[in-house]
Amino acid sequence: MSAVPGDLKYTKDHEWIRIESDGAIAIGITDHAQHQLGELVFVELPEPGRSLREGEPCAVVESVKAASDVYAPVAGTVIAVNTALAGEPNLVNASPYDTGWLLRLQPQPGALAGLLDASAYQQLVDAAD
Amino acid sequence: MSGEPLIFEHSRPGRRAPSHAPGACADPVGLPAGLLRTTPPLLPEVTELQAVRHYTRLSQLNFSIDTHFYPLGSCTMKYNPRAANSLAMLPGFLARHPLAPAGNGQGVLACLYELQEMLKAVTGMQGVSLTPMAGAQGEFAGVAMIRAYHAERGDLARRVIIVPDAAHGTNPATATMCGFEVREVPTDPQGDIDLEALRQAVGPDVAGIMLTNPSTLGVFERRITEVAAIVHAAGGLLYYDGANLNAILGRALPATMGFDVVHINLHKTFSTPHGGGGPGAGIVAVGERLEPYLPVPIVGERAGRFVWLTGQDRPRSIGRLSAFMGNTGILLRAYVYMRMLGAEGMRRVSGYAALNANYLMAKLGQAGFEVAYPQRRASHEFIVSLKGIARDTGVTAMDFAKALLDRGFHAPTTYFPLLVPECLLIEPTETESREVLDAFVAALVAIRDQARSDAAAVKAAPLTTPVRRLDDVRAARDLDLAWRGHGMPANGA
Repeated sequence: MSAVPGDLKYTKDHEWIRIESDGAIAIGITDHAQHQLGELVFVELPEPGRSLREGEPCAVVESVKAASDVYAPVAGTVIAVNTALAGEPNLVNASPYDTGWLLRLQPQPGALAGLLDASAYQQLVDAAD
Repeated sequence: MSGEPLIFEHSRPGRRAPSHAPGACADPVGLPAGLLRTTPPLLPEVTELQAVRHYTRLSQLNFSIDTHFYPLGSCTMKYNPRAANSLAMLPGFLARHPLAPAGNGQGVLACLYELQEMLKAVTGMQGVSLTPMAGAQGEFAGVAMIRAYHAERGDLARRVIIVPDAAHGTNPATATMCGFEVREVPTDPQGDIDLEALRQAVGPDVAGIMLTNPSTLGVFERRITEVAAIVHAAGGLLYYDGANLNAILGRALPATMGFDVVHINLHKTFSTPHGGGGPGAGIVAVGERLEPYLPVPIVGERAGRFVWLTGQDRPRSIGRLSAFMGNTGILLRAYVYMRMLGAEGMRRVSGYAALNANYLMAKLGQAGFEVAYPQRRASHEFIVSLKGIARDTGVTAMDFAKALLDRGFHAPTTYFPLLVPECLLIEPTETESREVLDAFVAALVAIRDQARSDAAAVKAAPLTTPVRRLDDVRAARDLDLAWRGHGMPANGA
């Protein structure tokens, strides 16, 4: 059973979004996604400062099974990436919602409206199982 | 780790295998003195018997078609007849210099010309080039020809290649390598392309579509003529990935389905050795529209003599893909295989490939395994999903694959296609007997029984192989293939 924390927002592409107190957002892939991918071997992250359109591929997670694009859940500017993942990509497997975060964005105003809440995402995962 | 040292570790200074040592060599002529080596190369020094034992042991540590059932889906690991090998190794073929004049090689050119003709017959296409040296290069040639076709018409807005979500990963990779963007179309619950989504995806920016038929889901794309009509009406061309040609050989023609270009892995369908990283042969066959763009050289016939047609004869060609004309040894093996089978034998290939796949699928279904598309007839391969067993016992498709090794079977393809969770893609091929297929079913049933009674034991497999569970992550991240004996510099030095 995959964990779906109630305080996060989600996308149908199995990304999570944490809205932080300063208005920035942190982005990662969900527990369900890391289970499906299996052990990660590489994570490719964008350059800080890059501005992203909603839905634009912004990172790549590669496991022993498959490589997947991560899409920007909302439009915004990259303000930080998780540099620890270069040496330890499996932090995403061990701790997808905490030390395995991928990047932080400064979202464009109003960009957060279309995201799923935890119960909607849980339904999506249940349907996939 | 494997119990067999490297050949370099067997080496002792001065040891020789005299029967294989080169005789007196002439002095090199015309090479600058400063470029000649002064010390002997660092080759292993072993006796003939040591070399024989070393490589025989290594071969015994492996799974191979010669020793094990090898149902690796999508790879068509069928038996490679020894006759094809023997004939391709005739001294006249082996010793021929690739720069020898065509007049001295009418025999080999005749074989290659006939191979071109046979490949036209099995695809229904108008022209063939044998030069691509692997499946990936065949794909590249195919899409490069589509690009050349649009470019010559001045139709430069076509920047997109459509690829179904079930495609081999090589298809989007090829499109990207050829400078295109990839647009994905989904598969419907029956395993066919979603035609409505395809209609939305085509347009004046689309150069073509890359398709495998039967698809990677192991089912025939039933509405292929509608797919072709939609793509052609929008000005795009159709590329056929020949990965699954074994399923339809002698029964259906890519040309009739509406394809403009086909690549065929001779090392799969036409039974030349593969799985070791090459050499391969990824020939391309094309319809009328793409014929001028075929890569060169091609074997032509003029006044009863066979000749090489090069860029001078075919100025619109996309050019050369290999130094000479492809992997001739592989082409000859495929030629012999096709001549042994004849047209009737080709039909038997696809017939028995489909029969074996459907027999195995039915037996596994009866044994309670979940078949991914139970309402569809399998082509030459099919998918089993172990999702339910993984949920109930924690034993995954990967664990099943490892446990099969202990029971003397090469594992099927795992986790591909990605559309089906916890999947095994199983392709028995036409060259296996019913007894082997029954034994494979029994092995999967036994592993499932063990998963329910002692999941930890299955997760510990394999126990009998020279190396046990590999650390996949370390193997991907810290791959180390260099031997650093003989005072060679360390990695990165």
